[in-house]
Amino acid sequence: MTITSPAQTAATGEALVQIKRVRKSFGAHQVLRDVSLDVPSGTVTVLLGPSGSGKSTLLRCINHLETIDGGRVIVDGELIGYRQAGHKIHEMTPKQIAQQRRSIGMVFQRFNLFPHLTALENITEAPIGISGKPKAASKARGLELLDRVGLADFSSHYPAQLSGGQQQRVAISRALAMDPKLMLFDEPTSALDPELVGDVLDVMRELANSGMTMIVVTHEIGFARGVADQVVFMDGGVVVEAGRPGDVFDNPQRQRTKNFLESVR
Amino acid sequence: MTIANHAAPTQSGGTPVADPNDHDVVAIPLRRPWRIISAIAVLFILAAFISSVATNPNIDFGTVGTFIFDKRIVEGAWLTIVITGISMVISTVLAVIVAAMRLSSNPVLSSVSWFYVWAFRGTPLLVQIVLWGYLGLLYEKLTLGVPFTGIVFWQIGTNQLVTAFVAGLLALTLNQAAYSSEIVRAGMVSVDEGQREASYSLGMSPLYTFRRILLPQAMRVIIPPMGNELISMLKNTSLLSVIAVLELYTQASMISAQNLKQVELLIVVSAWYLFMTSVLSIPQYYLERRFGRGTSRSLPPTPFQRVKQAFVSRRIPGPEPTPETTPIGVQR
Ligand SMILES: Nc1ncnc2c1ncn2[C@@H]1O[C@H](COP(=O)(O)OP(=O)(O)OP(=O)(O)O)[C@@H](O)[C@H]1O
Ligand SMILES: [Mg+2]
Repeated sequence: MTITSPAQTAATGEALVQIKRVRKSFGAHQVLRDVSLDVPSGTVTVLLGPSGSGKSTLLRCINHLETIDGGRVIVDGELIGYRQAGHKIHEMTPKQIAQQRRSIGMVFQRFNLFPHLTALENITEAPIGISGKPKAASKARGLELLDRVGLADFSSHYPAQLSGGQQQRVAISRALAMDPKLMLFDEPTSALDPELVGDVLDVMRELANSGMTMIVVTHEIGFARGVADQVVFMDGGVVVEAGRPGDVFDNPQRQRTKNFLESVR
Repeated sequence: MTIANHAAPTQSGGTPVADPNDHDVVAIPLRRPWRIISAIAVLFILAAFISSVATNPNIDFGTVGTFIFDKRIVEGAWLTIVITGISMVISTVLAVIVAAMRLSSNPVLSSVSWFYVWAFRGTPLLVQIVLWGYLGLLYEKLTLGVPFTGIVFWQIGTNQLVTAFVAGLLALTLNQAAYSSEIVRAGMVSVDEGQREASYSLGMSPLYTFRRILLPQAMRVIIPPMGNELISMLKNTSLLSVIAVLELYTQASMISAQNLKQVELLIVVSAWYLFMTSVLSIPQYYLERRFGRGTSRSLPPTPFQRVKQAFVSRRIPGPEPTPETTPIGVQR
């Protein structure tokens, strides 16, 4: 395996997430064509693009929820989902892949909380059951995370007893409980009523300020302007334009970007 | 409820009538005479039937009393429970395996699983029982070894190993596994795909995800029909009488063959089956409650709570009590 230690990565100044010429097709439909992208440690990247442009697919390739057809995804110096042997790369076993996913948190549009577990149990299930952390410490940590997202009083509520915005904040806490190096957000506020969006964005903003590396698919331009270090516009499975939020939003270079930005404004 | 106990102001007596918007009014429920008439008719028919049975000179209730706790009957009932228990446990384990095979992406596994369900669900249980009973005619000896090589570790005469009891167990278990696997499969399919993705994204292995996340959610869908299956399994054990397994029904027919009290012994047997199936519905109810956690905003009441409610609130139905909900918005 070609694993570089984090220290080495930092020393060489490599980005935490390196996406190199990734290709992905579903049957005959090529969803990602040669996508390359670097996300430096501690930065926030916002992915934008019209429906069907491959944003979710790209995000899912980063934690290997989708296999890729070509190229490579490297997180913290480690090739994701595959191991290299000479000139070929082989897919890892489910166990090895699970191990890699522990350090990559993901938040979904539809929350996907476990409905048969309470808010606190949702958060502690993986640390206790997977990482083998002590129960008491995990619970304390879970309560602390719930407190951080403003839900200290809701630890024993089941997801069905929480509003969408509360569920999404529990889902963020659940991902954070694994102490990830990287957080992926796939349209975390799209399923929420407008008045609940702010609470979730506040939590994400605070997370960004604390130095978490984040890749966020969102159409919240205000959030992107305020928080993103990098905005990436995708269309038709390619990166059309990428840059600082001010540049992309106020002075887009490509016609496709202009059209899209006008449509979401 | 918005209905007050005190009487509405009367119009007679010259008292000025208050605006009904200012005062609570008494709601008078609609009279339903047909409810009472139909209830009386049904009760009458029922009473006629019961009296015709109770006063029938051809039924000797003394015999029913004598045999209800007869040693052979009790032993038969016990064997029925044992067979039901063993078959249900093994068939459920098998069913999970067969369902997992059916859902797997491996075409060989899913075809074999499909074929198994097709064969065992498509032929009568009675035929399967007799076939297992006649296994000795098909294979004289059973051999443990490496197939196609002639290497033999262990060999035994079929009828020594597959007694009537074992044949009965095999028949019921394999048949039940086919039915249960479809129930388990439906349960697994009912769980949202996002649950698997969320589990994987947290670093859970496929097996851990199945055990801790998918199965508990599928149980909610699986348990009610499985309760039904358990009850039919218990009754189906009576079919084992065709291969002379000494369960409840066989024991009763052996007794009635001697004393010619067929109807009385059938009453004894029915009483036992009714008792056993009634007892079996209790754990089902509590299992449903257990696995229903988190699906609705409040748990359903236990039967005891329900009875209490029915007696306490025999009033005009008001709006459902609002479930305990939480205020929406930030609580910082
Ligand atoms: N599992 C799948 N099988 C087949 N096609 C798929 C699958 N997943 C995604 N696709 C297709 O890939 C394309 C890109 O999908 P993707 O979900 O990545 O788009 P997106 O940019 O996230 O869109 P949206 O904004 O609507 O979420 C779509 O045309 C979609 O139909
Ligand atoms: Mg998407």
